[in-house]
Amino acid sequence: MKILVVDDEADVQPLFLQRFRKEIKNNEIEFSFALSGEDALHVLHNAHSEIVLILSDINMPGMSGLELLTHIREDFNAPPPPVVMMITAYGDEENHRQAMEKGANDFLTKPLDFILLKEKLKTFSE
Amino acid sequence: MTFFYYLAAFLLIRRLIKRLKYSILYPKWRSLLTTSNWVIIVLYFAVAFTVDDGVNELIASAILLTLLLYVDKEPDFKSQKAYVQANFPLVGVGFLNGLAILFASKFYDKYDTYFNLVTVAAFVWIFGKWATSNKQEEELRIVAERKAELEALVNERTAELVKQKENLQEIVEELKATQDQLIQSEKMASLGELTAGIAHEIQNPLNFVNNFSEVSMELIEEMTEELEKGDKDEAIAIAADIKQNLEKIRHHGQRADGIVKGMLQHSRASSTTKEPTDINKLADEYLRLSYHGLRAKDKSFNANLATHFGENLPMVNMVPQDVGRVLLNLFNNAFYAVQQKQKTAGPDFKPTVEVNTTTKGKNLEIKVKDNGTGIPDEIKEKIMQPFFTTKPTGEGTGLGLSLSYDIIVKGHQGKIDIATKEGEYTEFTISLPL
Repeated sequence: MKILVVDDEADVQPLFLQRFRKEIKNNEIEFSFALSGEDALHVLHNAHSEIVLILSDINMPGMSGLELLTHIREDFNAPPPPVVMMITAYGDEENHRQAMEKGANDFLTKPLDFILLKEKLKTFSE
Repeated sequence: MTFFYYLAAFLLIRRLIKRLKYSILYPKWRSLLTTSNWVIIVLYFAVAFTVDDGVNELIASAILLTLLLYVDKEPDFKSQKAYVQANFPLVGVGFLNGLAILFASKFYDKYDTYFNLVTVAAFVWIFGKWATSNKQEEELRIVAERKAELEALVNERTAELVKQKENLQEIVEELKATQDQLIQSEKMASLGELTAGIAHEIQNPLNFVNNFSEVSMELIEEMTEELEKGDKDEAIAIAADIKQNLEKIRHHGQRADGIVKGMLQHSRASSTTKEPTDINKLADEYLRLSYHGLRAKDKSFNANLATHFGENLPMVNMVPQDVGRVLLNLFNNAFYAVQQKQKTAGPDFKPTVEVNTTTKGKNLEIKVKDNGTGIPDEIKEKIMQPFFTTKPTGEGTGLGLSLSYDIIVKGHQGKIDIATKEGEYTEFTISLPL
């Protein structure tokens, strides 16, 4: 399963790689990373059919996670549509509501709870 | 003819009494003057009808002379000097008459009409003097009164002016205190705007600290497992990851630490210590704070942050929290301008705030540019004035740019320039001497 993680904080990358160390080692999950919405669209353009799940932060300079979500649903929604999970700040009701409207599949709040994320990934991959 | 001498003496004393009547000298002289008046009258009757004409004239003249010399010498009667001296011709005439009667009686008899005429003339002379000195006295009195009035007026005005000056000084003191308070509250207000940005900025590094320490604990367990299994290479690889994670924890801890310190610096009352400062770091820090501050209030807001930081810029001496405040203010304004424009512009509008740092000649240049609403020409001149704001009441203090101007121009001998086009862009350029 290939997952695209979109976050403007570069240190998110080693964190994911370590948290999913075993899964990566067992070839269960493969990660791609993008540092911005624009970057993410670029990655999707090149390899969208492989990516089944996108995890995106909302709060990013430039193209926001919500805009990225809109683009994904418009341009990369060929079946099977990718699962999009948005990462929102704690208590950010407005973004939560907007992400729902724009077609997000699920939400995670910061700070990321990786145990919860792993459980969610299991349900989506089944 | 001796009547005139006594009359002159009598009138002189009367005049003295009259003039002294309302002065503090009156009690001192009253009885003496009144008595002498009576003495004159008594003398007249005692002498005039008992001795010969010649002797009579001499005695009367002597009495008048004595009186005149006495009064003339007395400083209390100084003001009457002119009048007193007008009596001397009469005294002279009296002596002449007396001597003529005694030693040239024939000559006198032949010309007695002239002698009498001269006597009367000398007497009239006194009254001429009397009238003019009366007039002069009246004029002097009026002048003195006017002078007194004017002096009173001047004193009154002086007192008023002194009071006004004191009032104004008090007001100036109050204004200074108020200004200090305003500056402090402006700082606090901008800190308030920052709170959300700061919370976001601190939350991110804290999340990393938590996440990396958690994952490191897991890694240590895994490492132990690998060691038990005997897979040394894998254990070493894990150890390298753990080391990297600990570095990350340290890095993010310091990041949070820097933000807290910056916040404390920002709220602290002005220090004026200049220190070598990395302008790129300062600008980046405040750009992020400002951006997240605004996003905290308006979650749907998003903007492109374009940073063009000059490489290898020298450290520049400045008061970092002051210049930070200026930058924060410019960034806040820039974000506000693009946010306002976004409300009316179409979906194609990409809000952008740009920061540029370079050296130009002997100056460090920091440009803050936005593609927001721009500044209309008619208010361009006013934006640096204290209390000028285009924001709705309660949203802006109108002190931001005016304080920025003070900090850059007065505090750092620098410049602030504005280039703007209404509806298109605004660019502030700060120049600081290297």
